[in-house]
Amino acid sequence: MLLLHHLWIIPALPLLGAALNGLFGARWSKREIDAVGVGTAGLAFAAALELIREFSRLPADQIPWVKPYFSWIIAGNFRAGFDLQIDQLTVVMLLVVTGVGWIIHIYSTGYMAHEGGYPRFFAYMNLFMFFMLVLVMAANYPLLFVGWEGVGLSSYLLIGFYFLKKSASDAGKKAFIVNRIGDFGFMLAIFLIFRTFGSADFEPVFHGAARMPVESGGQIGLLTTISLLLLAGAIGKSAQLPLYVWLPDAMEGPTPVSALIHAATMVTAGVYVVARSHVFYLHAPMAMTAVAVIGGLTALYAATIGLVQTDIKRVLAYSTVSQLGYMFLACGVGAFSAGIFHLFTHAFFKALLFLAAGSVIHALGGEQDLRRMGGLRQKIPWTYWTMLMATLAIAGAPGLSGFFSKDTILFQARVSPYGSSLLWTLGLSAALLTAFYMFRLVFLTFHGAPRYDAHAAHVHEPPKNMLVPLVVLAIFSVAGGWMAAPALFGGVDYFEHYLAPVFEGPKTLESLPVEGNGLELLLAGVAVGVAALGFLAAWWFYIRRPQTPERLAETIHAPYTLLFHKYYVDELYDLLFVRPLVWASTRLLWRVVDEGAVDGSVNGVAHTARRLGDRVRRLHSGNTRSYAAWVVVGAVLFTTLFLWPLLRPLVWTVR
Amino acid sequence: MPNSYLLTVITFLPLAGSAALLLLRGDDHAWIRRLALVVALAEFIISLLLLRGFDTASPFYQFEERRAWMTSPPIYYHLGVYGISLFLVLLTTFLTPLALLASWTSIAKRVREFFVMLLVLETGMIGVFLALDLFLFFLFWEAMLLPMYFLIGIWGHERRIYAAVKFVLFTMAGSVLMLVGMLWLYNVTGSFDLPVIQGLLQSGQVGLAPRAELLLFGAFFLAFAIKVPLFPLHTWLPDAHVEAPTAGSVILAGVLLKMGTYGLLRFCLPLFPEASRRMAPYVATLAIIGIIYGALVAMVQPDLKKLIAYSSVSHLGFVVLGIFALNTISIEGSIYQMLNHGVSTGALFLLAGMLYDRRHTHLISEFGGLATPMPVLSALFLFVCLSSLGLPMLNGFVGEFLILLGTYGHNARWATFAATGVILSAIYLLWAYQRVFFGGVTVERNRALPDASRRERVILFSMAAVILWMGIGSAPFTRRMEASSEHVLTQMQRPSSYEARWNGTPQSAPLEGKLPVLAVAQERAGHP
Repeated sequence: MLLLHHLWIIPALPLLGAALNGLFGARWSKREIDAVGVGTAGLAFAAALELIREFSRLPADQIPWVKPYFSWIIAGNFRAGFDLQIDQLTVVMLLVVTGVGWIIHIYSTGYMAHEGGYPRFFAYMNLFMFFMLVLVMAANYPLLFVGWEGVGLSSYLLIGFYFLKKSASDAGKKAFIVNRIGDFGFMLAIFLIFRTFGSADFEPVFHGAARMPVESGGQIGLLTTISLLLLAGAIGKSAQLPLYVWLPDAMEGPTPVSALIHAATMVTAGVYVVARSHVFYLHAPMAMTAVAVIGGLTALYAATIGLVQTDIKRVLAYSTVSQLGYMFLACGVGAFSAGIFHLFTHAFFKALLFLAAGSVIHALGGEQDLRRMGGLRQKIPWTYWTMLMATLAIAGAPGLSGFFSKDTILFQARVSPYGSSLLWTLGLSAALLTAFYMFRLVFLTFHGAPRYDAHAAHVHEPPKNMLVPLVVLAIFSVAGGWMAAPALFGGVDYFEHYLAPVFEGPKTLESLPVEGNGLELLLAGVAVGVAALGFLAAWWFYIRRPQTPERLAETIHAPYTLLFHKYYVDELYDLLFVRPLVWASTRLLWRVVDEGAVDGSVNGVAHTARRLGDRVRRLHSGNTRSYAAWVVVGAVLFTTLFLWPLLRPLVWTVR
Repeated sequence: MPNSYLLTVITFLPLAGSAALLLLRGDDHAWIRRLALVVALAEFIISLLLLRGFDTASPFYQFEERRAWMTSPPIYYHLGVYGISLFLVLLTTFLTPLALLASWTSIAKRVREFFVMLLVLETGMIGVFLALDLFLFFLFWEAMLLPMYFLIGIWGHERRIYAAVKFVLFTMAGSVLMLVGMLWLYNVTGSFDLPVIQGLLQSGQVGLAPRAELLLFGAFFLAFAIKVPLFPLHTWLPDAHVEAPTAGSVILAGVLLKMGTYGLLRFCLPLFPEASRRMAPYVATLAIIGIIYGALVAMVQPDLKKLIAYSSVSHLGFVVLGIFALNTISIEGSIYQMLNHGVSTGALFLLAGMLYDRRHTHLISEFGGLATPMPVLSALFLFVCLSSLGLPMLNGFVGEFLILLGTYGHNARWATFAATGVILSAIYLLWAYQRVFFGGVTVERNRALPDASRRERVILFSMAAVILWMGIGSAPFTRRMEASSEHVLTQMQRPSSYEARWNGTPQSAPLEGKLPVLAVAQERAGHP
């Protein structure tokens, strides 16, 4: 039971790696840097597996298993400890973070091999892993916030990794600031939680919240407020409407970063927080609706933008935003374990998509534009086949991991008491578009005639340390779904069963209308049909009639341009927020208020004083008699001043 | 009493050191620097002794020294340290050697005088934190002003005279009011001794009429608010900072601004509780305006030092807000934030000074892409920025978080508005950082700039260590502040007659003045 008693070892390992590579990496060889960077990540994965083994033997009444380490902040009756915990939800997150994280670390040793700042890269990656582990293992909100902001920092550093490029440092800054807007809500949520429950530790807070009544009927009580504030934080971190704008720009970072941070792990932190705080949400139906609607809208909205993007990584970025929307949708209809399950499967296939895209970019010597790819199928078959697996998985091909997780979400969106046909339609439409844009991406990249400069590019399959991660992730993308196969497909939903103790509070799923397997089968059939439709459309557009998209773009020019320019949202935000803020701060606050009004009045006083001084100077006339007069005046004044204490009561009495 | 002279030693060691400096030959720069540094380091080590004997559980003054100095009026040489001043003293003794080191090569003219001023200033600052006699307090308060005036006026940049005069005039305006307030208090209580006055007021033996209390509060408050500086009294600060030499800026931001917030905690709240309570909404509003306003104006500054100066307005707004939210958590947060600001903003000024030493400019547009020639300096700069913008696990977060947490419990709306400062600080710091360090090198001569020297690394790494330590292990600090912070609120409690007087209940008697006869006379005359 070593690790159960020393939970800190798991986050400490990558932290150690970050410190070593950050301080000494510059002097080390690549082999040494790899050993430290990948080694600590791998050890963390091994330790997580051992911890999970030990955890599985714990009796149910000792879960969540909490280990307090030291008091981080104490003041008055407030205490935030460095307290770690593990429960089933943490187990799932641990597997994703350390497992997928480790695989991507290995991939990076190939992908980043010829980049400058190699030790810096691994120091940042390890640092990210440390903060992510703190985030998922924290036993109270303030510590969770440490991980939350910490992954934001790592993301900032890694997006801006190529800091010589302005676009990269801009993107990093944007990511941090947009996240901070969400964090503003998160912080207020922590304050309100503490004010309401007198603690910020999960256990007392959730017990307290569970005892409070459900705030139904449009009533915005404490729990609804807390839920909505937490949601603001989650929206920022998980790139949902309207704070999603940083994630597409975050693609400026190296591709492994996009895979690890901006697809598999960090961006799912918002989903994690909502799921972790499910007690609040279940007591706040309005907040649930907000989560579901935001998720559903984002899923569809981002998918529409993904249809026409030409940068391979940006398509995947919008796809990530869209898939995160599904996870929110799931949480919003009360199907938390379905949301977490989609998080789990998405981590595999989306990481794979990014890594495979990285392999394509690598093969083409840095080319990211889909319009200059094509026909790569034979040149890089391993990349092609693994990417195809991931595409099938995300599109929801029956039997693959994405099918199971997405199907459960769509089903719940329809039948759950929080669900509605509107939400289901949103999810279904997004599924159609997902299949389309993903196959568009595959077809444009791998099929058809090559559109790249065949002489310039030396197309080649990546080295083994990049290829093996692709294959491993492909296996999980294909098979990872079976652990939650709903019973009607002959499987057992181990996943939901496993997470049940975490989410078992008020049983929402039991109160489902029992419409039997028929409906579920029907809905699954519809979803598969829709995905097939998306595939066929992509096939028609990009294989069968490759001229169609261009012609279509010309005929329906306006909507196409709108999508291509991402609804002009970046421009809109710039116009609405950035410019007015800078303008007002410069022109109004600094120049007018500060230098004009405040300082002006001060200088005015000074000016008056100088004029007064000038008058006083004239008193120094050299005339003895006038001096004598002033001495008398002064004496009287001083005497009055000194005697004032005695005189004053008299004055008051007289009055 | 083995430690009975400790506070005297801590207070006057720098002064003695500066006297010793005067004995050295004026052109013997190497020894002047070394001696000054030795004195400052010795001072720091001796001040650490305070931690050893400090009783964490006690809210009262410790290591007290009290000797009659003048008999009429009764003025005492009275020193003492408590939970609120303890770390401020340590902050002073920590920053002074670093400020000395930062001036090692950049000060070339009148070297001896410069270090003398810096050490005299240290005595003044520590005296302010430790003095328990109003007269003594005022003496140190004014003594502090002079060396700062010279530091800016002699060793400053182009518009140094304007800035120095502005600094002195602003501060003097405040001190005059405070002096009047002190004399008034003496008149009412017959004492200059702070604990005695506090005792008299708190027990109700001496009562202040509501109007008198408000006036007194106003006099003290203005003096401190200028020093903080609280919006809209802040305009002396950017000028003073831009013109001051690096060491001056570090001390100014690191310690001098804390005199204001320290004074609020020490005088305004405990001596004038009801006035503080009634004025709290207005003060908090100004503090919140300061937080947002300072951040927005900082955002658009083209001059790095001015940017940091305006960021101070924003940060100190948090401190004032925490104090006037009037609860233990927010007050502890405020004290913590005072220390944080001293360390982080001090470090920012040191870094700006290091850039100035290399390029003789503070203009952001003159830099760009500095991460390439100076990786170590840029990494440390980012680290300090992160601490200043309140990243958890670094010091700034703990203070801001506690202030906002405590304030939220008192008034959620204040906390909500103030918390936007968290977004804004990220904007102005990261934007400035990007323009200075990221991208390609924009000005050709910057390509050859040297990275941090060994001396600079010593300075910056010791700062970084403190930043990290205060961010992770805040408990040893807050534990020592706790009792005194709570005690401030205890000191604000008054007997019921006091409450009644404020509520205008007729039986209340304004027992003003120390002559009971007159008070009775007043009562008879039916004066309110």
